Amino acid sequence: MQNSMTTSESLVHARGLTKRYANGFTAVDGVDFDVRPGKAFGFLGPNGAGKTSTMRMIACSSPVSDGTLSVIGMDPRTQAREIKARLGVVPQIDNLDTELTVRENLEMYARYFDIPRSVADQRTKELLEFVQLDERAKDQVEPLSGGMKRRLTIARALINDPDLVILDEPTTGLDPQARHLLWERLYQLKRRGATLIITTHYMDEAEQLCDHLVVMDKAKIVAEGSPRQLIDQHSTKEVLELRFADQTRDNLNGQLDGLADRIEELPDRLLLYTANGERTLEQVNERQIPIESALVRRSSLEDVFLRLTGRSLVE
Amino acid sequence: MTAITQPVQAGPLAEAWSRIWRARRLVERNIMVYRHQWIIIFSGVFEPIFYLVGIGLGLGGIIREVPLANGEVVAYAAFVAPALVATAAMNGAVFETIFNVFFKLNYAKTYDGVLATPMGITEIAIGEMLWALMRASLYAVAMFVIMFFMGLVLSPLGILMIPAALLVAAAFAAAGLAGTSYLRTVNDFDVPMGLIVMPMFLFSGTFFPIELALPEWLVTIIQFTPLYHGINLIRGLSTGIVGIGQLWDLLYLLAFFAVSMWIAINQMERKLIK
Ligand SMILES: Nc1ncnc2c1ncn2[C@@H]1O[C@H](COP(=O)(O)OP(=O)(O)OP(=O)(O)O)[C@@H](O)[C@H]1O
Ligand SMILES: [Mg+2]
Repeated sequence: MQNSMTTSESLVHARGLTKRYANGFTAVDGVDFDVRPGKAFGFLGPNGAGKTSTMRMIACSSPVSDGTLSVIGMDPRTQAREIKARLGVVPQIDNLDTELTVRENLEMYARYFDIPRSVADQRTKELLEFVQLDERAKDQVEPLSGGMKRRLTIARALINDPDLVILDEPTTGLDPQARHLLWERLYQLKRRGATLIITTHYMDEAEQLCDHLVVMDKAKIVAEGSPRQLIDQHSTKEVLELRFADQTRDNLNGQLDGLADRIEELPDRLLLYTANGERTLEQVNERQIPIESALVRRSSLEDVFLRLTGRSLVE
Repeated sequence: MTAITQPVQAGPLAEAWSRIWRARRLVERNIMVYRHQWIIIFSGVFEPIFYLVGIGLGLGGIIREVPLANGEVVAYAAFVAPALVATAAMNGAVFETIFNVFFKLNYAKTYDGVLATPMGITEIAIGEMLWALMRASLYAVAMFVIMFFMGLVLSPLGILMIPAALLVAAAFAAAGLAGTSYLRTVNDFDVPMGLIVMPMFLFSGTFFPIELALPEWLVTIIQFTPLYHGINLIRGLSTGIVGIGQLWDLLYLLAFFAVSMWIAINQMERKLIK
């Protein structure tokens, strides 16, 4: 087997990776990407873009329909078991064992991974403390709050001290404290050499956590780079946000033309993409357009997202 | 941390064995679930005992003796008791695999979590089969012990009823697993339970010798069903009247087990892998 080919530079290597479901729908359409060891790799994209489908193929939970994929130097088609032994997976939808208690969920998971009991007990204890569920250790899973279940799922994914952690919207439903705690833990994991693959709809999370991002839309990768590169390539330096009274906005017809590189219309405001926001605001005022409020800010990943996927994040 | 793992070059037999060995984790999981509620498991011990008392002794008080297929005659209770070992094995196995596995497969999504670990579909199917086999064997063996002390085991061959009951339990556990994967809603339970399990329980020679009581065409149909063979095998060992018929029973049950297990694994794969 030529499984050593790409491992030195990439932990996950995909070329023409395709997912076609039984109903004929193509959810991932020939994507190429490389995840470097020890880095955090992020997937962004609107609902239905194919992020989860991609993650599930990497996690060996979903068969690859076409293309090549190697994970930790191995082929998911023939070495799923060996790959899964070294992965931690946080699925988008929790699939905890509802017939077991909180602690038993971790203990049992450790057994599936053949982790010796003494090690498993120690990790279970640590992880329960880390996700702050030690006081609920003996409780059943079902009565836990949504965020607590999420935290338990995250703890469960770390029980085998994985080399590669796949997190599909890990912080959805977490309160701000829990989210920051998780970020901190993910940094620690990375420092110890683990590689992370994350999907998220929170652009601040992507900026904070990810070294490298890809943006997916309609089953394809539409952009890729570091957060900084993406912003530089796909947005202007600054953004001027304008709000208008409803009638004014309806009657703008073309008054803003030529003021910005690009204008994005959101339901509640207009975004003017420009190198210098203050300067553009002055120009707006010179044209005596009656604005309700104005805000100048730097471009963010959110702007890149809007640009590339033509959709607002908050739908 | 990211060293290359060499692919394991294992032969198919070693691979099969390692899957069976890993399947024990699912048995452990089920023991963990039931460890606080053993009473649920034990309650199932009583059902065959109630049948033995109610029908074996109750009806046996009136009927007293039954002729076997070869013309020999045995006490009615000694006729019914070995059949109840087989039905206990069937009921225990079918109940566990139909109801509990259906819940885990369709509502709890338990197996999705398990499949993210080194466990695979084969391990899950075999593990559930083994667990149902263990649960069913408990009922069958309890029944055996009771009939032994009541003097209803008529032959030293009777000790082989235990492995025979394990085979019956395994066959029905596998069939239950295969069957439950075809059910879509809770209402669908009525079909396997009401139209398959219940008639088999009544008409497989459990309470009367079908060859003497039912029309020939019906007997022929029944001879294609698994419980008939389970009962025939176990009753033969209990009464000591064994022949080529019991060899056929054995082969039938082994084949039925193998085919059911194959369907179960394929169906679970179809349901769980998208
Ligand atoms: N089992 C399936 N069978 C058929 N189509 C599916 C299946 N699972 C997902 N899809 C389709 O594939 C597409 C991509 O889904 P996927 O879950 O990968 O999107 P996503 O990017 O993770 O979206 P979200 O942000 O909402 O989680 C969707 O159109 C979805 O309907
Ligand atoms: Mg998703």
